[in-house]
Amino acid sequence: MISRPAPRPRADALSKATGTERYALDQAPAESLWAGAYRPGAALGLAHAQVLGLDEASVRAALAVPGVLRVLTAADVPGTNRQGIIHKDQPVLCGEVIRHMGDPVALVLAESAPALRHALALLRADLRPLPAVFDPEQALKKGAPLLHPEHKGGNLLLGARIEKGNAREALKNAPVVLRGEFSTPVQEHAFLEPQGGFAQITPDGLLDMTVSTQAPFRDRFEIGHALGLNPLHIRVRAPYLGGGFGGKDGSTAQCLLGLAALHAKGRPVRLAWDREESILAGYKRHAVRLRYTVGAEKDGTLLALSCRLVYDTGAYAHLGGEVMELGMEHAAGPYRIPHVRIEGRCVYTNNPIAGAFRGFGVAQTCPAFEGMLDALAAKLCLDPLALRRKNALRRGDENPCGVRLSSSVHLVECLDTLAAHPLWTTRRDWRAAAPPFTRRGVGLAAVFNGMGYGRGLPDMAIAKVEFTEAGEFLVYNAVADMGQGNAAAFALLAAQELNQQAGAIQLIQPDTERCHPSGSSSAGRTTYTYGNALLKACGAMRRKLISRAAMPLLADELDSLELIPGAVRHIPTGRVVPLKLLAGYLTHDDRVCVAEFLMPVAQNPPNTGRDFLIGFPHLIFAHAAHLARIEVDELTGRVRVCDYLAVTDGGKVLDRCCFDQQAQGGAAQGLGYALTEDFQLREGRILTGDLSTYLLPTALDVPDVLSLAAEGDEETGPHGLKGVGEVGINGPGPALAAALEDATGTRPHQLPYTPERVLALLGARGSSRKRRRA
Amino acid sequence: MRLSFILNGHQVVLETAPDRRAIDLLREDVTHEDLLGFDLVCHDHRALEVKEGCGTGECGACSILVDGVHRLACLMLAAQLEGREVVTAAGLGTQADPHPLQRAFAEHGAVQCGYCTPGMVVAAAALLEQNPAPTRAEIRQGLSGNLCRCTGYVKIVDAVQAVAKDFAGEDSAEEPGAPCAENEGERP
Repeated sequence: MISRPAPRPRADALSKATGTERYALDQAPAESLWAGAYRPGAALGLAHAQVLGLDEASVRAALAVPGVLRVLTAADVPGTNRQGIIHKDQPVLCGEVIRHMGDPVALVLAESAPALRHALALLRADLRPLPAVFDPEQALKKGAPLLHPEHKGGNLLLGARIEKGNAREALKNAPVVLRGEFSTPVQEHAFLEPQGGFAQITPDGLLDMTVSTQAPFRDRFEIGHALGLNPLHIRVRAPYLGGGFGGKDGSTAQCLLGLAALHAKGRPVRLAWDREESILAGYKRHAVRLRYTVGAEKDGTLLALSCRLVYDTGAYAHLGGEVMELGMEHAAGPYRIPHVRIEGRCVYTNNPIAGAFRGFGVAQTCPAFEGMLDALAAKLCLDPLALRRKNALRRGDENPCGVRLSSSVHLVECLDTLAAHPLWTTRRDWRAAAPPFTRRGVGLAAVFNGMGYGRGLPDMAIAKVEFTEAGEFLVYNAVADMGQGNAAAFALLAAQELNQQAGAIQLIQPDTERCHPSGSSSAGRTTYTYGNALLKACGAMRRKLISRAAMPLLADELDSLELIPGAVRHIPTGRVVPLKLLAGYLTHDDRVCVAEFLMPVAQNPPNTGRDFLIGFPHLIFAHAAHLARIEVDELTGRVRVCDYLAVTDGGKVLDRCCFDQQAQGGAAQGLGYALTEDFQLREGRILTGDLSTYLLPTALDVPDVLSLAAEGDEETGPHGLKGVGEVGINGPGPALAAALEDATGTRPHQLPYTPERVLALLGARGSSRKRRRA
Repeated sequence: MRLSFILNGHQVVLETAPDRRAIDLLREDVTHEDLLGFDLVCHDHRALEVKEGCGTGECGACSILVDGVHRLACLMLAAQLEGREVVTAAGLGTQADPHPLQRAFAEHGAVQCGYCTPGMVVAAAALLEQNPAPTRAEIRQGLSGNLCRCTGYVKIVDAVQAVAKDFAGEDSAEEPGAPCAENEGERP
């Protein structure tokens, strides 16, 4: 069964399919210089070392390579030489200390890529090894080497607690108490387009940058702070990204690129990370250790949860504290629990830098709380689906963090849709029909993901619509499109709201000179926030055009006029003013409408979580119920995902195709996280440094993920929608663990579920094929 | 060395180092100036649709057709293009006149960030050339050298299958999840 074609393809689909779309580096002028960073830690096997300097002979040799122009070091960095979104702790170039193997100490400018590579190969740094620490719990011990001695918490970037009721007391008295420990690994975003872009200092002194970024407006401030530039003298353009998933939120190549441009004497300069550099230096998903204690009544009613989470943020903060915040806020699952105590620690180590990644801290907690739910179901001989349904949050409930849910909550509907689906109802027969030397298992998970930045910073977008002289419309998209299709969604929203053909709407991609400041492309907020602003702007434009058309149509009642494709019509008489003609009446200023939207926040925030600088709590959540049916090869431990169902509550569905894309793509990335993406670190060294060892799922590894909608209506959303970009990645980790437990009788507590670990699960139950019934 | 090959129907002649990677040559070097009448015209045939995702032959984003065979431009040297006919995604079709696969990718939602798409379309074209009526499993096998991080592949397989059906004029489709059903059939 092939899906039916979408009624109208995404606005960006054909330009991308024919290869005419131009990404950041594609736009670099042919005469651009090449810049590249020298990162000596990996070659020398040092994750923590004092930088004594560059070997002078090696610098001379590098500069002697024909076409090599400059070798820049920390001494050449104007400004603070510190980048970072909230904590400014990451040097653009390290002049004193490297804190992980990917830290850069020099930047080379050359006329050509071969000259650049040659020079980078010649450079040598003098490094003096420092004691290093790679385990976050070791890093918190007294006497552990400090990464940022000036940070007053030592290696503790942030310690925080969320508390409701009295979990300790409730656990003491709970009839059933269960404990569990879980761990989740580093995950690489592995967007297909590595980080990079090009930049130039214009004749009037502007730093003009085109770069693959999720946050062009915020980038200006990060770059300006690091390089000592006036942020308003920085222009950032963000064409379509070749994937982001959080890994391009915050400066990746931007500060290095700006530095290169400052030393390029007005020439354009490009900087392109290759895949190895992307893995070595890029931000990753935090590895997390989770310890859970859950208490319940004998009928399965959840009473209390206490848990401790340790996030390894690596060498720099990036958004570590905020990632942990969201993880903690979701650590109790989408369930009603009266007594909760959630403690979190986000810790510096000499590992690669962790930061934002789809499922932002939450994907790590889902295998834990869902693991506890399944353990409870097994202990009490309850149906895992019924147990979830019994405890699932509904609208009007107070969530585990103490927020009264006034937004739409359709988790029960997700579970009911899953329960009614043949993949669930036929599970027993299917499971019993396993081929020889194969076991089958079926597992499910209920997950959720908060939308937006949360309390403490304005989550806003400003939309601008221009009525052109030609009588068409320009939408100034201000939130980067990293592939999720928000730009096309904006064109669709504008076309609907202005009652125009899709072809009459043109899109301008984010550009800090042309568009109005808006937040980042992240947190499942993109279409919700900008979409709301855009609907307001388009509404104002529609009213304006009707009012301006009243004169030529000699209509004194605006209600008698309507905007139709290409014209304004006087309904009683049928007379029209073509928009082309109307455009001539309007001055430029009059042809523009701007509107903004600020996401609502929880009105009565609970009196907890005060350690968080920003982000706590959230008000609106997307929910999902996922189902996996798997086969386990008893001889090799290989897991094959046969069927996968994702039922998603994303409010009203604006564009079914884009909705399914997020559900299917999120599930596939989550299946990689759960099965094949085994990020290996040894003493800070990445052993899976390219795509031959870090295994992304191929078309053979993921099944036809079936996406269903449990449609609701989020009344604050544009046409009732909520963001669904994040929640899809949260399901596979726990759903696969449940399916493995069903197949092998033992629950894996550590992701990914590699063949070796699955064989160990099989071994844990010996050759007896004792299996628990779902 | 002097290199001569055909790129998307255009004859290209240029000087290059024999060890230059084909992907760099295609993306950066394929421009030349011609005296047409009295005007010096710059022909920019740079094949920027050939994307580099890994440089090690793992991701398939740089897929091209060389004499009709699916190859990876990051693993070829310039000299290997001598006398060959190279087709990229831009050579398969244009926005005004897309290849049926490109149209199907757009219509079936098989395009998200789009960075893998030109290579994926090329791989799909090569697959259908060899096997005009592939099953879903054969499509997955045929595209398994091309990574996509956005879509989860479902809609990509849908798009290729839709074109295959149009070509074949018959139903080559199976139900999703069929491989498991096949296994059931093998059960003794």
